[in-house]
Amino acid sequence: MNVVLAKTETAHAQSDMLAVARDRLPGAGKVADTRRQAFEAYARLGLPYRRIEDWKYTDLRVLMREVLPLAAAPDAAAMKRAATALKLHAIAGVRPLVLVDGVFAPTLSETAGLEKGLGIRTLREALEAGDAALLAQLFSPDSSDAMVALNSAMMTDGVVIEIADGAVLEQPLHIVHIASGMIPAAMFTRSLIRVGKHTTATLVESYIGAEGTKAYQVHDSLVVAIGDGARLDHVRLIEDSREAFNISSAVVTLGANAHFNTFGMNTGSLVSRYQAVIAVAGEGSRVETNGVNLLNGRQHADTTLFLDHAVPNCSSREIFRAVVDDRGHSVFQGRIIVRPKAQKTDARMMTRALLLSDEAEADNKPELEIFADDVTCGHGATAGALDDSLLFYLRARGLSEKEAQALLIQAFVGEAIEQIANDALRELAVLAAQRWLAARG
Amino acid sequence: MSLLEVKNLQVRVEEREILHGLSLTVNPGEVHAIMGPNGSGKSTLSHVIAGKPGYDVTGGEILFKGEDLLEMSPDQRSAKGVFLAFQYPVEIPGVATMTFLRTALNAQRKARGESEFSTPDFLKKVRSVAASLNIPQDMLRRGVNVGFSGGEKKRNEILQMALFEPSLCILDEMDSGLDIDALRVAADGVNALRSPERAMVVITHYQRLLNYIVPDFVHVMSKGRVVKSGGKELALELEASGYAQFEDAA
Repeated sequence: MNVVLAKTETAHAQSDMLAVARDRLPGAGKVADTRRQAFEAYARLGLPYRRIEDWKYTDLRVLMREVLPLAAAPDAAAMKRAATALKLHAIAGVRPLVLVDGVFAPTLSETAGLEKGLGIRTLREALEAGDAALLAQLFSPDSSDAMVALNSAMMTDGVVIEIADGAVLEQPLHIVHIASGMIPAAMFTRSLIRVGKHTTATLVESYIGAEGTKAYQVHDSLVVAIGDGARLDHVRLIEDSREAFNISSAVVTLGANAHFNTFGMNTGSLVSRYQAVIAVAGEGSRVETNGVNLLNGRQHADTTLFLDHAVPNCSSREIFRAVVDDRGHSVFQGRIIVRPKAQKTDARMMTRALLLSDEAEADNKPELEIFADDVTCGHGATAGALDDSLLFYLRARGLSEKEAQALLIQAFVGEAIEQIANDALRELAVLAAQRWLAARG
Repeated sequence: MSLLEVKNLQVRVEEREILHGLSLTVNPGEVHAIMGPNGSGKSTLSHVIAGKPGYDVTGGEILFKGEDLLEMSPDQRSAKGVFLAFQYPVEIPGVATMTFLRTALNAQRKARGESEFSTPDFLKKVRSVAASLNIPQDMLRRGVNVGFSGGEKKRNEILQMALFEPSLCILDEMDSGLDIDALRVAADGVNALRSPERAMVVITHYQRLLNYIVPDFVHVMSKGRVVKSGGKELALELEASGYAQFEDAA
């Protein structure tokens, strides 16, 4: 077989990236081999560009151009900047698990007094321990996607959370990604959460930059396994620096009668992409995946979801809202596949975009592939401006133009935010939206 | 000083002149009815006073408490005391009525340099006004006008009128879409707000509403002008003879 190496200039420039970083990357033997294979896959593919269907609207060769070198491990000054940033984004009543410049920071994290059945270790520890089953799970994301492959090759650290069957967790877990470096660099992280049978857990992920950080790159991935009868509530908040790049992937597997409620909100970063593959692999399971993009300036945010219904009697709901101002660009791609055995699937997807300027852009791409005959599936997509008659009504009642717009925008995104089950986390998303609206002036 | 002075107002919508030199003076405490056939410009007048975009004022002026109203944004007019009860109140999904009422009231107070209402005072006030208008509490928790009946929407307008305490209320076709019971409740709400400091302009196609809200003055509009003014008996005269006699007069 002839393999044509479609190496781009970018790929050439980074061909020794893995070799250069080798001393920093945990795991020997099989792990190192797997990294090498993943890197070769990435080098073959190069950065995704518009000719790759999944990346049609997010051409990283144009938007990102290159992958930056691996960020240095944080020194004392970096940790201090990260601690300051963390204070601004701290959430009361959660267990913080902090990654600074892609490296787990024990001093900023809370790993003492773990509830019974809760195990937390770093990705570094997990890769070095070399447990075969865990390694298989950690390397389960599919390297046919270039960015997943790059992440598999370069992942430096992360948080591995294992929750035993029937465990009762008192606190939500909060993975915080902080970029602290003054020199633009890339962080590669991978985390895993295994939710045991009949267990309920809440995971929050925040992405933030310390003051003064600029065009850094976050390359993250998350592996989620939800056991039979278990429930995971998941909230992602991207509040990275306005010049940063955030390329994240998630692979989620649900057991039987499991429940996954996930919500993502993007108000930060210059370019972001979140791609999630959700495999509904156990009967009687439910997925709610919702999200909000609030974009302005030249921000570009892409949410690409793939819901795979493989078994009968499951349901999924996707509610996505984008508010785009200035020259912002929001992308939503939602693919649902209902496999032949997945009878009685009830899958719905609704995506709406609100365009606040003539140059704002929103691309909605729903894709349904249905191979079972007894299913309820539906999707809808709309894009439009704020309704003038509503604006006038509010202004006639005393609201200024900005106040009237803010109220209508909050209502517009509210429908997605409302789906967050946890009151405190819902409030967090409401506040993030309000901050974005306040910054509009 | 008059509360509202409309002088020789000329208004165009997309090159078509709708009002051709309309004049109207309203003093505090007065209730004026403006009647006229469809297309005579009644709603245009109400929209221009409230500041709705899309109307081009090509001549004349509107003074409110002696100030040039046309220079003000819709929200500034509202803070100054102009209130338009909409013929078709819009539905605003996702904005709870209570949130909307508080945001609007506080925006108006802030614009006037007054302090914001405290939550308990606000709630107390809303609840008592709502009760007098037969507005159930659960309606206040729902999205603004979402799923409201025609009568409920109009009562919600009157609720706002009572809360905001404007000095000029313009009621645009308040009777449209209301049955007789709903009309009576709405009219009672309006009558309760009549006061020596407050004026009302009641725009209606039919005389029926004026049995419930009895005006001091009645003006007949036709083809963009006031063609006849008189006392409340003019409305009865119109009911008997119709608008046809005024079509030529204009």
